[in-house]
Amino acid sequence: MSERPPYQLAATAELAEGPPRSLGALLWRRFLEHRGAVASLIVLVLLGLLALAAPLAEMALGLDATRVDLFSLKLPPSAAHPLGTDELGRDLLLRLLYGGQVSLSVGLAAALCAAVIGTAIGLLAGYYGGWLDGLLMRLTDGVIALPLLPLLIVLAAIDLTKLGLPEDWATSENVSLYRIVILISLVGWTTVARLVRGAALTLKAREFVRAAEALGASHARIMLVHILPNAVSPIIVATTLSVGNIILLESVLSFLGLGIQPPIPSWGNMLTGAQELIWDAPALALYPGLLIFATVIAFNFLGDGLQDALDPRAVK
Amino acid sequence: MLTYVAQRLIESALVLLIMSFVVYGLIGLMPGDPIDIMVSSDPNMTPQDAARLRALYGLDRPIVERYLNWLGAALQGDFGFSRLHARPVLEVLLPRLGNTVLLMGLSFLLAFALALPAGVYAALRPRGAGDTAINLFAFAGISLPPFWLAILLIILFAVVLGWLPAGGMAPGGAGLGVQVQYLVLPIATLTLATIGGILRFVRAATMEALRQDYVRTARAKGLSERQVVFGHVLRNAMIPVVTILALNFGALFSGALITETMFGYLGMGKAIYDAILGNDFNLALIGLLLATLTTLLANLAADLCYTWLDPRITYR
Repeated sequence: MSERPPYQLAATAELAEGPPRSLGALLWRRFLEHRGAVASLIVLVLLGLLALAAPLAEMALGLDATRVDLFSLKLPPSAAHPLGTDELGRDLLLRLLYGGQVSLSVGLAAALCAAVIGTAIGLLAGYYGGWLDGLLMRLTDGVIALPLLPLLIVLAAIDLTKLGLPEDWATSENVSLYRIVILISLVGWTTVARLVRGAALTLKAREFVRAAEALGASHARIMLVHILPNAVSPIIVATTLSVGNIILLESVLSFLGLGIQPPIPSWGNMLTGAQELIWDAPALALYPGLLIFATVIAFNFLGDGLQDALDPRAVK
Repeated sequence: MLTYVAQRLIESALVLLIMSFVVYGLIGLMPGDPIDIMVSSDPNMTPQDAARLRALYGLDRPIVERYLNWLGAALQGDFGFSRLHARPVLEVLLPRLGNTVLLMGLSFLLAFALALPAGVYAALRPRGAGDTAINLFAFAGISLPPFWLAILLIILFAVVLGWLPAGGMAPGGAGLGVQVQYLVLPIATLTLATIGGILRFVRAATMEALRQDYVRTARAKGLSERQVVFGHVLRNAMIPVVTILALNFGALFSGALITETMFGYLGMGKAIYDAILGNDFNLALIGLLLATLTTLLANLAADLCYTWLDPRITYR
């Protein structure tokens, strides 16, 4: 029994109460008890579907999301433009949907990259221990403690051609997407690293790891096959929670003009000019921010709910 | 104790040294160099002139040599000249640092003063109506994009109600009342951006402390609830809270950068942001290093707080 991960122990206890169920069904039932998380999941799925449906909406409205129309600047909502138009005459609803595609995919991609980096660092530190652990954890603490935003601003401002990257690639339109995903994952891995290290530290003393060692398993095999699967729930929780933070960070950088570059819309860069438009068109300052807020709070609630479901022993 | 402080100070100096090299290298990768700026402002300059100037200022040297030159000058107190302000860098930054410390200090104190009682209250009555409301507020706080919050506050208090200035600094020689008016919105923004995280830490740490054996003992020996909470729970709950808050100092600085930029508040964060966008290399470099130094010192101060909070901790 003692080598079972904590969630299985709890699951077995619940099994005794009712008819036999799978572990997945138990976790799902526990997740459903967190009403905020369930509502958040629904909101996020809806937002994702809406963002994916942007091209359909474009066809249905008969509009082009990228077309600048100087004869219809800052129009109020109408049948042709359900939410009105922006300061360049583009349809606000379509821009919000395409911006959602960008903000959501950047958030998810950067969170996944950060989780991979964090898992690798945490596994190495926790499993090998010693000086490697000391070095990696110092690095982690250092990254957490640094004033990250000004550093990210410097990183976002560097000239990629000076790094030896081909000029036509470095100045192409999509490069701001890759750049921001890389930048954010370079600083966003710390929470996952600390949690995975903690899990690896306790797991490596367990009997099944000792048994694998005795059978001659390689270090890589022990880390990936025996330790990693048992550390999966903290990774899932921390990654979900980090998506919200990453979307916030992306929106701040894009707002400051250093993240996603126009004409690609993101919820952050749609707000860049909004401060000057507060009088004429307050909707332009309202909707993108509201969507960022809704998405981030939904990811935070979702992470909280997953934590409750996967780690019932945590203090609530 | 003294040796511990000395050791930590040496470590901080090392971190600062590494940071200075990294940031120096990164700033070298930003678009343009000082000579490019001269070329763009002087149509009579030939490429030969530019090359001669580069040689004269040593810009054609390898990066390590240039860094060592810079470091040598910096160690003798010569931090260079600010391009944007046409004044020595420190003369620009020191008053800015004062403004930022004022903004960050007041916001942090306010956030902590509000979050401490609220977080403890929530932890003492978990799952109650008050806890749910406080929890929702905390989630909203960590999920609000701070720059959007600033826009909303400006719309409400400066544009619609007209009670407060929309940004900027109080004019020189203004009375205390006017100065406070100019501070209200920036402080409100940074406080709201900070308070959610603190609330969650305080609540979690208090709940953890409440579960400890010494709390059960204190109750068992007949202490009143007030004595238990103030004498036993609070002090122990503060230890993890201080750790996390110190680690979050860098995040507080990032929040200050956003707040200062939104309100045109003349602080360090805005100075760094403007310097990076305006190719003011010296100012950006020293600004980033000062921000890092402040963060390192705050972490050290928090570490020293532990001995006072928890006499069990001793320093070797």
